[in-house]
Amino acid sequence: MASPPVASGKLTPKVRPKYYDLNLLHLPMPGLVSIFHRITGVAMFLFLIPLALLVFQGTLDSEASFATWKGYLAHPLVKVVVIGFIWAYLHHLFAGIRYLLLDLHIGIDIAPAQASAKVVLIAGLIVTAIFAVRIW
Amino acid sequence: MMNKQPVGAHYGWKDWMIQRVTAVIMLLFSVAVLGFLLINGGVGYGEWKQFFGGELVRVLTLMFLMSVFYHAWIGVRNVLLDYVKPLWVRLTLQVVVVLFLAGCSIWSVSILWGR
Repeated sequence: MASPPVASGKLTPKVRPKYYDLNLLHLPMPGLVSIFHRITGVAMFLFLIPLALLVFQGTLDSEASFATWKGYLAHPLVKVVVIGFIWAYLHHLFAGIRYLLLDLHIGIDIAPAQASAKVVLIAGLIVTAIFAVRIW
Repeated sequence: MMNKQPVGAHYGWKDWMIQRVTAVIMLLFSVAVLGFLLINGGVGYGEWKQFFGGELVRVLTLMFLMSVFYHAWIGVRNVLLDYVKPLWVRLTLQVVVVLFLAGCSIWSVSILWGR
């Protein structure tokens, strides 16, 4: 490593160690959108893809298995899980739309980027609530 | 100097583009299906079965599912690239993910056309 240029004769020491605030709740809005985008993506890969295919197969199989699955989906605990997946799907979708717009250089300044992050978080919750009411 | 990894990101823009193209396909499909469900609510077995009996619906559904699987592959691979550093562990997990998604693709075809 080359030694840094010394102009004034003394170096300003860097403050080490440097601490980053890794608490999720302290993240700025765009950071929250981002980490939830990642978590919901992984969760949907691990659980929603196989479960959704299982339900898809079961409901198309026969009238009897359709009724069986309808019975499962009527269970309150299952409804809670379904609503959880609906939120995951919708958050991932809304955050994705935001990223597509950012790719097109729409809303890349700090103020609109923070505003759109807020819109994504709130829209995900509101539309999930609408589905939750519809399901219940 | 060659410092690229065999299980790296392939250093191109192709996957980046596919991630976005599949996203738009899923977005269009999702808006149609979620909108339909929100307006009409639940459906009976007869309508459900008849709906997925249509060849166009089957093809569009398979296109959606293939987009999901490809999108999931790129996304999960990026996550593995971030968190899993030992090459052999990463490669093994990537193979598991690919096999799982390939299996899901075949399963999807079997669900849509198998009966």
